[in-house]
Amino acid sequence: MTISKTIAALAVAGALIALAAATPAQKMTAKSSAVVSISLPGDLGFAFKPGPGSNLANSLCLSCHSQAYVATQPPFSKTVWTAEVAKMRNVYGAKIADDQIGPLADYLTTNYGTP
Amino acid sequence: MLHSSRRDFLAAAAATAAALAPLGADAAKIVKGVFGNGDRPLVAFPQKRPLMVLTPRPPQLETPFEVFDDGVLTPNDAFFVRWHLAGIPTSVDGAKHRIKVGGLVDHPLLLSLADLKKYEAVEVVAVNQCSGNSRGFFTPRVAGGEWQNGAMGNARWTGARLQDILAKAGVQASAKQVQFHGLDGPVFPETPAFRKSLDIGMATSNPDIVVAYEMNGEPLPLLNGYPVRLIVPGWFATYWVKMLTDITVLDHVDDNFWMKTAYRIPATPNANVAPTDKGYATIPINRMPVRSFITNLKDGASLKAGNHVIRGIAFDGGSGIRAVQCSTDGGTSWTNTLLEADYGPYSFRRWHTFVTAQAGTQMTFACRAQAGDGSMQVATPIWNASGYQRSSIESYKVSVS
Repeated sequence: MTISKTIAALAVAGALIALAAATPAQKMTAKSSAVVSISLPGDLGFAFKPGPGSNLANSLCLSCHSQAYVATQPPFSKTVWTAEVAKMRNVYGAKIADDQIGPLADYLTTNYGTP
Repeated sequence: MLHSSRRDFLAAAAATAAALAPLGADAAKIVKGVFGNGDRPLVAFPQKRPLMVLTPRPPQLETPFEVFDDGVLTPNDAFFVRWHLAGIPTSVDGAKHRIKVGGLVDHPLLLSLADLKKYEAVEVVAVNQCSGNSRGFFTPRVAGGEWQNGAMGNARWTGARLQDILAKAGVQASAKQVQFHGLDGPVFPETPAFRKSLDIGMATSNPDIVVAYEMNGEPLPLLNGYPVRLIVPGWFATYWVKMLTDITVLDHVDDNFWMKTAYRIPATPNANVAPTDKGYATIPINRMPVRSFITNLKDGASLKAGNHVIRGIAFDGGSGIRAVQCSTDGGTSWTNTLLEADYGPYSFRRWHTFVTAQAGTQMTFACRAQAGDGSMQVATPIWNASGYQRSSIESYKVSVS
């Protein structure tokens, strides 16, 4: 009994520590036994580098995904970035106008690519 | 001393983390990259321990590789996470959740979790591996989720057999495939919703395909698909549809984007082509090729001279692991290792061997597995444009002091 009480006490202490340490990203509440609710942490500070064209990246890319989708890619050539931008529009339905493809690919190549 | 390399694995490098993204003091730890743009911050998402963030929105979280040394089952809070589309429900009521079984069936069903639990419950231990696991190691590099080797996990899944559900619904004779869909959706209606399909023969005859409501004896974490997820043992994770809502029997081969265009591999041996190849036929990605890893050594680590236990894991697409061999000389000579407990043909199989390290030497460890179907890992890495199903022999250079 003593051992199980000790374990129980440690478990409670551990839970309190975990609660105290919880960041917004870690909060999880159970409203009833079957409801699971979480809050996602947003973009965790991942943000496009400032510079010419960053307004396009911020308005066109971030609607569907965080900047990390770009920053974690290998440093692509302009040809590859242009193809990626076209894919986002033609395959995934991103709201990118014809005359925005070039400037957006330029921005991505300059900041996340190999010119 | 093996453990010191594990400690080194989680390199705290606040400066690099700050350059990567201003995450704040509580998120300064990163796992250093092993390829370009590969540094990953360690952040705890809901119901998860700190995992390597590939992308936060939609969430793609990689399991730090040291976890695979801890045991044969990957804990739920360490299990990797990968979503395609940002429309992920953040609140799910398991009591209200329903799975609609429809299409070419005689008796359409609307199944609650309670209904699902009336079917015979089955358990299967199975590896869930992302099609693009290890994509970051492709040479030349390819676009996509730039994972190291931790976009995989092994869990004990409990649920109802898909074939039992389909038998109750009564599949009609003209059925060709069964399509699966979950609660997640796209931001824009123009984005193709994520739907995956299996051939009707496989869906109705493979008793190991499970509609699972438990993962390692607990409800699934929301980010792994609470309340129910399709489990397709031996096949890549793209088919393991999360938050399952729809099982639809089709009279045709599914031509939706996620089957017809995405997640396809070259119809060549081991899905291997040259970067200059064009015009080859493709097929939907399917069974996982055999793989193995050493779990208590890291490439580039140092090792104290003396005797060591080297441990690892191996798995394949469902024929089981026949043998795992280890080399200490970069693959010139190989020694059989000892296979540990068998959790079934879809599980990680742990193995270990004993090695003596001589002071002042460089050793190149490697491991290779042979599956029950006779297939064996090869030394030369494959290449394909999507970065799918890397499975070549892994090697680990260490300095002995």
